Amino acid sequence: MKFLPLIVANLGRKKSRTLFTALSILVAFLLYGYLAAVGLAFQLGISLTGNDRLVLRHKVSLVQLLPESYQARLEKMPGVVAVAHATFFGGVYKDPQNFFSQLAVEPERFLALYPEYVLPPEQRAAWLRNRVGAVAGRELADKYGWKVGDRIPLQASIWQPKDGTGTWELELVGIYDGAEAGTDTSQFLFRYDFFDENRVEANGLVGWYVLRVDDAERAPAIARQVDEAFANSSYDDRATTEKAFVQAVVRQVGDVGKILTGILGSVFFTILLVAVNTMIQSVRERANEIAVLKTLGFLNGQVLALVLAESSFLAAAGGLAGLGLAWLLIGQGDPTGGALPRFVLEGKAVLLGCLYIALLGLCAGLLPALWAIRLRISEALRRA
Amino acid sequence: MSGRDVLIRARDVGKTFRRGGEEIEVLRGLSLEIGSGDFLALMGPSGSGKSTFLNLLGGLDKPTAGAIEVGGHRIDRMADRELARWRARHVGFVFQFYNLLPVLTAERNVELPLLLTGLSGAGRKKQVATALSLVGLADRARHYPRQLSGGQEQRVGIARAIATDPTFLLCDEPTGDLDRKSADEILDLLHELNTRQGKTIVMVTHDPQAAARANRVLHLDKGALVAEAAA
Repeated sequence: MKFLPLIVANLGRKKSRTLFTALSILVAFLLYGYLAAVGLAFQLGISLTGNDRLVLRHKVSLVQLLPESYQARLEKMPGVVAVAHATFFGGVYKDPQNFFSQLAVEPERFLALYPEYVLPPEQRAAWLRNRVGAVAGRELADKYGWKVGDRIPLQASIWQPKDGTGTWELELVGIYDGAEAGTDTSQFLFRYDFFDENRVEANGLVGWYVLRVDDAERAPAIARQVDEAFANSSYDDRATTEKAFVQAVVRQVGDVGKILTGILGSVFFTILLVAVNTMIQSVRERANEIAVLKTLGFLNGQVLALVLAESSFLAAAGGLAGLGLAWLLIGQGDPTGGALPRFVLEGKAVLLGCLYIALLGLCAGLLPALWAIRLRISEALRRA
Repeated sequence: MSGRDVLIRARDVGKTFRRGGEEIEVLRGLSLEIGSGDFLALMGPSGSGKSTFLNLLGGLDKPTAGAIEVGGHRIDRMADRELARWRARHVGFVFQFYNLLPVLTAERNVELPLLLTGLSGAGRKKQVATALSLVGLADRARHYPRQLSGGQEQRVGIARAIATDPTFLLCDEPTGDLDRKSADEILDLLHELNTRQGKTIVMVTHDPQAAARANRVLHLDKGALVAEAAA
């Protein structure tokens, strides 16, 4: 602590240089915070999915459909305890920017497969009674200010209704909550029977099937069994665990983990170069002062510690401010307007960020610190 | 020597620098003794080896030949780390261009060598105040070097040198960058430290008036002692 005034004074030597370097570090850690939250959102979608659930979908893509008749065959398979199907709707609510997931499902079967979607009994009953009924997750309902009884018009983009209006009028009969903290409550679900009867084309075809198996350990074996059962079908399908299915969906937008690592790696490497450059300049231009400190009896280890402390302070000032700003901005909400299931800066990411800050500080100061301890006193004083 | 206990003893000290492929002999066979409480002035033309010798006495560099003993310790045999600790405890340095840290106030500059001691914050503060009072700058404690005149900066430099109450002071042309009036004030201060506090002082100077304040004057030429005059 007694060396603190010296460290702080040295940082204030060239205020604008210190400020701009700290700002660069701030931006890097702001970006880190944001990307960590985005990465978590993608990861969360995968980790929240069940290993005891299998997804059967068309081998080519989710857009390719499967026959509704698979349902009965799937239900009879050994090891399969429940089956439901879902079909992606992709309608527009008021504005194309209002993106959220809309699925046509069979209420009872779907809710049985997803017990983490908690719907009050009376709302569940209302949904079973009402063919134009729909339910929304709490996050989605809050976002658009929906309440039970509201009419939700969805403009068709894939599935045109038979009435020719181009719009599907649905009624919100329930709002579900998540059983766990990370449960996705941004879904919009409506009845498949109403959807199938009123769509212009592809009747009797569904998007994918979700199967619950009796033993998660046997999920891969059952998936193979399902594949074999439908091997001679005219529909080219494939069964995978739900986790692998969600991972595959995420991969359709690219390998998010690799992209984020690549971006962060580049940003941190650039920032490291900026910080090293600042520290080298700062230390070299006061070679004389370092020689004076050594003349007074400062040990090489103390000089090394002073330079490293200075670079660590610089990294901490910029880095912590960046993380703090990221935390504040992320707290304002999902910038995609609801496309991400959850958008938060986790404590683990903050801790990792702090570790990166410490590493940045040490790496930035190491070269100039080594230069400073190698400095020969008599030569540096003579040059002054 | 002036009949006092020997504090510093140099025997056949030589110093050779290698520059490119060439060896330059800066000091050769230099022997002398400096008594405790002496005020010694080292004079000589530029390149005569005065500052090099001062660096050797202060443990900033090591001789290539001979031995240097200070207070019974062979400093030429000390490892770098040991030498740094020895400097912190025993030597006060005063430089021609003051060498104050521009980002620190006068009191923070004076405190620097005290940071290496085990003194508490309050203890350091007291020592700093005493040192600044001794050089007559108690009222300039919070001033930065840029806010001080050359003479005042050198006073702060001297306060820094005496803050830890070192065994001896090494002054490398302490008045070389000052006008006559300021130079005289600095010399008065050094003289007072020598006579009243009993500080041993070795001062390198080109200035005969400065040398006149010392009680011994040695002349160096081409790396060897050529004459000694009692002041």
